[in-house]
Amino acid sequence: MIGSGEDSGFKKTNIINRRMFIFAAAKAVVFFGIVGRLFSLQISENKKYLTLSDKNRLREARLPPVRGEFVDYFGNRIAKNLTVYQLHVVPEQVEDFKTLMVRLKDILNLNDARLQDLIKKKNQQKPWETLVVSENLTWDEFSKINFYLHELSGARPVLTVGRNYPYKETYTHILGYVSEASVEDLVSNEIIKDRNVPGLRVGKTGLEKALENDLIGTNGVQRFEVNAYGKRINQIDFKEGNKGKTIKLTIDTEIQKFTQKLLDGRAGSISIMDIYTGEIIAMNSSPSFDPNLFLYGIEKSKWEEIKQNPLKPLLNKSVSGLYSPGSTIKPLVALSALENDVITPNLKVNCRGHKHPLELYGMKYHCWKKQGHGFMSLQNAIKQSCDTYFYEVARLLGVDRLNKTAKIFGLGDIVLGEYFNEKKGVVPSTKWKKEAIGQNWYLGETLINGIGQGYIQTTPLQLCLMTAQLANGGHKIYPKIIFDNKQDTIEQIKQKMKLAEKKKDEDSNLLSATEKLFNKDEKNYDALYKNKENVKFVLEAMFKSTNELYGTSFSSRIEDPKYQFAGKTGTAQVKRITEADRELDLKTNQIPYKERDHAWFVAFGPYKNPRYAVSILVEHGGSGSSTAAPIAQKLFKFVIDRHELREKIRKNNLTNINI
Amino acid sequence: MFIQSSLSDKSTFFQKIRSIDYIMLFCILILGIVSSFAMYSTDGGEFRYHSESHIIRFIIFFIMMIFISFINIKTWHTFGYLFYIIVLGLLIWASLFGITAQGSQRWINLYFLNLQPSELMKIAIIVCFAKYFHRIQLSNVNKLKNIIIPILILFIPIALVISQPDLGTSILIALSGIIVLWLAGINIKYFFYSSLTFIISAPFIISFLKPYQKLRILTFFDPDKDPLGAGYQIIQSKIAVGSGGLTGKGYLKGTQGYLEFLPEKHTDFIFTLFSEEFGFLGSIFLLIIYAILIFRILKIGSLSRSFFGKFFCYGFGSAIFIYISVNMSMVLGLLPIVGSPLPIMSYGGSSMLATMIGLGIVMSTKIYSRQLIS
Repeated sequence: MIGSGEDSGFKKTNIINRRMFIFAAAKAVVFFGIVGRLFSLQISENKKYLTLSDKNRLREARLPPVRGEFVDYFGNRIAKNLTVYQLHVVPEQVEDFKTLMVRLKDILNLNDARLQDLIKKKNQQKPWETLVVSENLTWDEFSKINFYLHELSGARPVLTVGRNYPYKETYTHILGYVSEASVEDLVSNEIIKDRNVPGLRVGKTGLEKALENDLIGTNGVQRFEVNAYGKRINQIDFKEGNKGKTIKLTIDTEIQKFTQKLLDGRAGSISIMDIYTGEIIAMNSSPSFDPNLFLYGIEKSKWEEIKQNPLKPLLNKSVSGLYSPGSTIKPLVALSALENDVITPNLKVNCRGHKHPLELYGMKYHCWKKQGHGFMSLQNAIKQSCDTYFYEVARLLGVDRLNKTAKIFGLGDIVLGEYFNEKKGVVPSTKWKKEAIGQNWYLGETLINGIGQGYIQTTPLQLCLMTAQLANGGHKIYPKIIFDNKQDTIEQIKQKMKLAEKKKDEDSNLLSATEKLFNKDEKNYDALYKNKENVKFVLEAMFKSTNELYGTSFSSRIEDPKYQFAGKTGTAQVKRITEADRELDLKTNQIPYKERDHAWFVAFGPYKNPRYAVSILVEHGGSGSSTAAPIAQKLFKFVIDRHELREKIRKNNLTNINI
Repeated sequence: MFIQSSLSDKSTFFQKIRSIDYIMLFCILILGIVSSFAMYSTDGGEFRYHSESHIIRFIIFFIMMIFISFINIKTWHTFGYLFYIIVLGLLIWASLFGITAQGSQRWINLYFLNLQPSELMKIAIIVCFAKYFHRIQLSNVNKLKNIIIPILILFIPIALVISQPDLGTSILIALSGIIVLWLAGINIKYFFYSSLTFIISAPFIISFLKPYQKLRILTFFDPDKDPLGAGYQIIQSKIAVGSGGLTGKGYLKGTQGYLEFLPEKHTDFIFTLFSEEFGFLGSIFLLIIYAILIFRILKIGSLSRSFFGKFFCYGFGSAIFIYISVNMSMVLGLLPIVGSPLPIMSYGGSSMLATMIGLGIVMSTKIYSRQLIS
């Protein structure tokens, strides 16, 4: 090496090393920068990124909750969960979606519209999401699918749970039905929103809707690990959901079915109540429809058919149908008059027939009986349902006093509470008319009110409750449709009623009883009368009405004391009877259906030791005595025959529910 | 300077074996083993295509590196320009007849390997510059000619690589060259002016970029803007690293990795996968191995008696450092996503080939450290 070169080389080495040093210092900065970044990501923010990573990889699949079931008084399942066969397709796992669909179309006989629907649905969802091709396959279809399964790659036959109402239309108006949750369901019920999964069925009407929160159950949860494309890799966790509550009703299915038969082909309602416990033994509104139709969406034509039916199958007539009570109100009018000391049972009124109607301010008030009843006493007037007599009673009583008694006995208010879309009806008063219509009350309106016409509107169940509360000696009861296993025995109830009677003597004012109506527990079994004898008198009159000659329901009586019942007929006009109508005096079947009278019958039995109260309504059925009362005859026989069976269950206070 | 030395190193084979830098060799082996395990993990815990070929390549290239180590450093000096020209030729070849994949024409099919000449250029440019500045006197370094010629040498391959297009590699080639220019003693003011020019013209350059490249740069500034699109890689990578924590999720248990949330997990994002499974401690371990490796390379450079050796070792060591820091900064969300592999760890034959050639030359510098090159 040459000297100068060495020197220059030395300098060059120096500059290289210096520059390398500067660069190395920069490197150290970068190195620590990276270490710092690692520290901040992995140590400081570890939790945040762990959460994000879990959010990436974990998916929760919520399984549909298992709905609680309904059982009747004897533990028979009346709304149950049934295994249903479904066909699912995961488009992602299908080689050729179109071919598969065409093949399935052949096997399941799907129509073109359904096929188009499915293709549309498939295009809207992610390829790994399940497409439900068929929600409810028959066993035949299901086996056929399984038979061809090897050539249907991607199709999955699935067993799942669906709702089933084994008694079909028998329970429709009580239970209602379930159907796929709608947007309104999700908005109005937080619990549904919380537990919703695609395809969830929720109650739409009746108890299914009212008790939704008890019935719905909780979701099972499956936790899955998914990959970046959302595909399920494996199941990590499975939490089983809780089944919804099983709800036991007070209804006897056999009786319910029997009422169904009794009303077959007619529009009407039958309600039967235990007069001590308030348990509803049957409550039927006719006609009905099969709730199973709604499970998987009802066909439009069927829905139209139900909707357009003039007999209104969608209406639960027992609680939401409003009708003039007609003469069935007469026992209550009589009771009110006696309680208020307006009349004595000996009051005599002469009913002189259509030729000499009662006239008031130029209006004529006719009795139903063309030739008139002659001189009537109170008991006879109830027995033969003399309108003229009750015009007079009503005139003396006045509408406001009747209003009070009617309200005490359960008219004009909802009976069962929040379960159904119940109508309150109307029990008019002068104040009511002023507020609702803005007019003064006319005396003429009092008269027709006294025979259950005019403004007064009641539901069949209200009349049933009224009858029950008369039949139990005039004590307050609270109707219930859901079985309560912590209730009093009949003996205890009777004991309490006796106590209430004694208390009554100290507490003679009827008004204070009304005030106490607000507190349910305190009020239970309270006496609703001032004088027990008045109630007895009315019940006797009802007995005579059914069991004595000239009684309006005499022809429907049962003489065997085991089944003997007492009742009151009612024939509610649906339109004003004109003079011309009166002249024509047409038979029921000669009048257009819509203008025919509603036939009513309220009754209790057995008379010696009453236990059950019924109310029967046949819409546009003609007269109560010819149409409604004969139904009661059959009904009491049937109900009382099942009484012992029912009592046995009551004694055990529990039933074996076969689940 | 007064040490007696001969013009040629005549040490025996045994002495050569003894003068191998075993610490460096050890680091390379550790990296090879770690990368093989990581590759096995990217294959989902099975020996499949990536892990198998990675291990085979590592073994072949490692042997090749040992072989290169025994080639006299003088030889590399002699054929320095030729090496550059050959690689440049390959680059042109790739541009004309190369294989196109993912919209970029950058590979040459060699049947046993798809060669990416741009990776080799990262080494070739250092060798070429090391030779160029080896002879030039310090006083002549800042002459216009000595600035123009290197810039041309640097510019041609960069232009070729950009046109492939491959922004990441071209940046790394540029950086590799610039390091040597810096070390050679080119006046600081040139660096200052040129970086100033670059910054001013940056918007202009960006307008020439491909849309996906622009998107990547924009995404870097705000990855959450489009979390399922362009920002997806950065976000998922950060989640993977961050969720690793202190000790990691455990080997083969990195959920981000095996559930395929990580993009390019065996190439550019191999560090992410490693970091998710081995956590902060594992990452620091890997960083330390790399730091030792680089430190050894620089140490060998400082001991080299030839400027060629010095330039190459300093240049190569610094380049390795840059590759590592660019890759890591990228996967940690500190830099925009540009394709840049992690040396030795990442899957990819060309990158490993280039790295191993470089390491071989470094080792040869060590073995022949007393070799003077006239």
